[in-house]
Amino acid sequence: MTTRTPAKAAWAAGNTVVVLAALVPVLWLASLSFKDPSTIADGSFLPQKWTLANYRGIFQTSLFTRALVNSIGIALIATVLAVAVGSMAAYAVARLRFPGKQVLVAVTLLIAMFPAISLVSPLFNLWRQLGLFDTWPGLIIPYLTFSLPLAIYTLSAFFREIPWELERAAQVDGATPMQAFLQVIAPLAAPGMVTTAILVFIFCWTDFVFAISLTSTSASQTVPAAIAFFSGASQFQTPIGSIAAAGVVITIPIIVFVFFFQRRIVAGLTSGAVKG
Amino acid sequence: MAEIVLDHVSKRFPDGTMAVDDANLDIDDGEFVILVGPSGCGKSTCLNMIAGLEDITDGELRIGGRVVNQLAPKDRDIAMVFQSYALYPHMTVRENMGFGLKLAHADRADIDRKVRQAAELLELTELLDRKPANLSGGQRQRVAMGRAIVRSPQAFLMDEPLSNLDAKLRVQMRTTVARLQNQLGTTTVYVTHDQTEAMTLGDRVAVMRAGVIQQVGTPEELYQRPRNLFVAGFIGSPAMNFLPGTLEDGHLRTTLGDVALPAEMAGKVRQGGGGRDLIVGIRPEHFEDAALVGGRRADGLTFKATVDVLESLGSDKYAYFRLQGARATAQELEELAADAGTGDAPGGGDQVVARLDPASRAREGQQLELWFDPGKLHLFNPGNGAHLTL
Repeated sequence: MTTRTPAKAAWAAGNTVVVLAALVPVLWLASLSFKDPSTIADGSFLPQKWTLANYRGIFQTSLFTRALVNSIGIALIATVLAVAVGSMAAYAVARLRFPGKQVLVAVTLLIAMFPAISLVSPLFNLWRQLGLFDTWPGLIIPYLTFSLPLAIYTLSAFFREIPWELERAAQVDGATPMQAFLQVIAPLAAPGMVTTAILVFIFCWTDFVFAISLTSTSASQTVPAAIAFFSGASQFQTPIGSIAAAGVVITIPIIVFVFFFQRRIVAGLTSGAVKG
Repeated sequence: MAEIVLDHVSKRFPDGTMAVDDANLDIDDGEFVILVGPSGCGKSTCLNMIAGLEDITDGELRIGGRVVNQLAPKDRDIAMVFQSYALYPHMTVRENMGFGLKLAHADRADIDRKVRQAAELLELTELLDRKPANLSGGQRQRVAMGRAIVRSPQAFLMDEPLSNLDAKLRVQMRTTVARLQNQLGTTTVYVTHDQTEAMTLGDRVAVMRAGVIQQVGTPEELYQRPRNLFVAGFIGSPAMNFLPGTLEDGHLRTTLGDVALPAEMAGKVRQGGGGRDLIVGIRPEHFEDAALVGGRRADGLTFKATVDVLESLGSDKYAYFRLQGARATAQELEELAADAGTGDAPGGGDQVVARLDPASRAREGQQLELWFDPGKLHLFNPGNGAHLTL
């Protein structure tokens, strides 16, 4: 099939518009982060006076560096837990026949659909009572709640593709169900686990609603929340440059992930769709 | 090594289907037993129950004198070869074969030695460091066998291990399996739907139908003395011919002609509760070209038929012809036809096949005089399929 030139041109134009619409704000953010504070409002797309002062500034304040540590720690722990627990649950969903399985899967999905914002006030009160407010577990728990359904759903799709006979072979070979899972099934599902891990990590890394509501100090504030507390040098100065720089810094890991694992992420997002 | 005993074993699935109904089977130490039957007859379920991959609903399963109903597969000390081979794709051939030993915490030198021995036996030595993805179908099959023998288990269970191979390789592997079992002397239960495999491999064969074991016996026994219509039709290739017949005062009327039934046979029919209507079975090799029977001619009967198709195989000639009259009908025959895929094929039911001497001058489209010995007829009760003249 050969596509006619006008059609091709139309597609090219359409694609350009979409790509620009997506990229311009990001580039604008990057541009802002390199602008000298005096030229921040000059309205030009390219910085007139380049500076790294914004980056230097944020890395010098403990507000940002502490938040970065919190972000990395909380997102990593939540991801590891979600994948570990999620893969076992997904394995059960994919492999075992037990009463109420359909209901379980439905309820899990329901939780994923639940609007996070409606949980914020009750959680805020509950966490203060329980002493979880402004702690790492205080964020990890809600992150797990919302990322586990995603993890279970994605992983069970991967597990379903692994021939059941492999596991039977392992059992006959003398493996306990746990050994069969760890030594035969899990290595084969590794691509699925990596995909799930990335999706969960991105979800935790970019969350703002829980981060801003369930934290108050640098003990557990993550970067998206901390950015909101950036202040300028004086109260008359807006910290636009610093915010832009912090925004760029926390976007980098995601860009790297997506860059390397693009195909896998798409596979992970769609794998459940067709083989429901 | 051990004997395996199925003692009134049944399997009912949660949806109520009876997959295996009251199976009794004694498999001796070192014996090679085949479970054969059409798809869905419960033979794989039987094997899975022996392996421990499927729960036993009722009855007792003993391996080496020990009741194993509640034991996990890993505690039964059996090895299984799967139809899909089920090789671990992320492990090399060496790791695949050594996996069971590794799980049993055998020491590394021991694993290595045993894997190498098994690899030599199966000519896999050069392939030890390859992954299953880089092996041909036949090589994968041999790795699957190797994985089973490395552990020197009490018994081998094989679930249609050759059905994914092409015809030539299948015949070759069949002899490999037989030789291996002879060498190792390990009790083996082998599931297949291919009656040729069953006949050539097994010390004894158990024919299953709809969850029920129909008959257990040596291949010769099953062939010569099938207990019922189903076994008679399932065992043998080409299959036994079935024709309707009626018995009147010692005379059997069939589409092949009227046969004066030997008094002994007539008596057996009466004893067996056979009525007037019977199903007559005759194996293809019990026909002969009347021109070639010579002095035996008077011992048998002759009839004329027009040869539809003649297949000359060199060592034999198969003549296919049709006879006037109704086809034999019975539940068992319909099942067999459905399994063979000839249920709705034109001429599948009333076609008769005769295996003739290659010297026969039979021609397609021409009339041929055929001879048969009435003593070789099998008579069945169309109602329950039972063999009446055993």
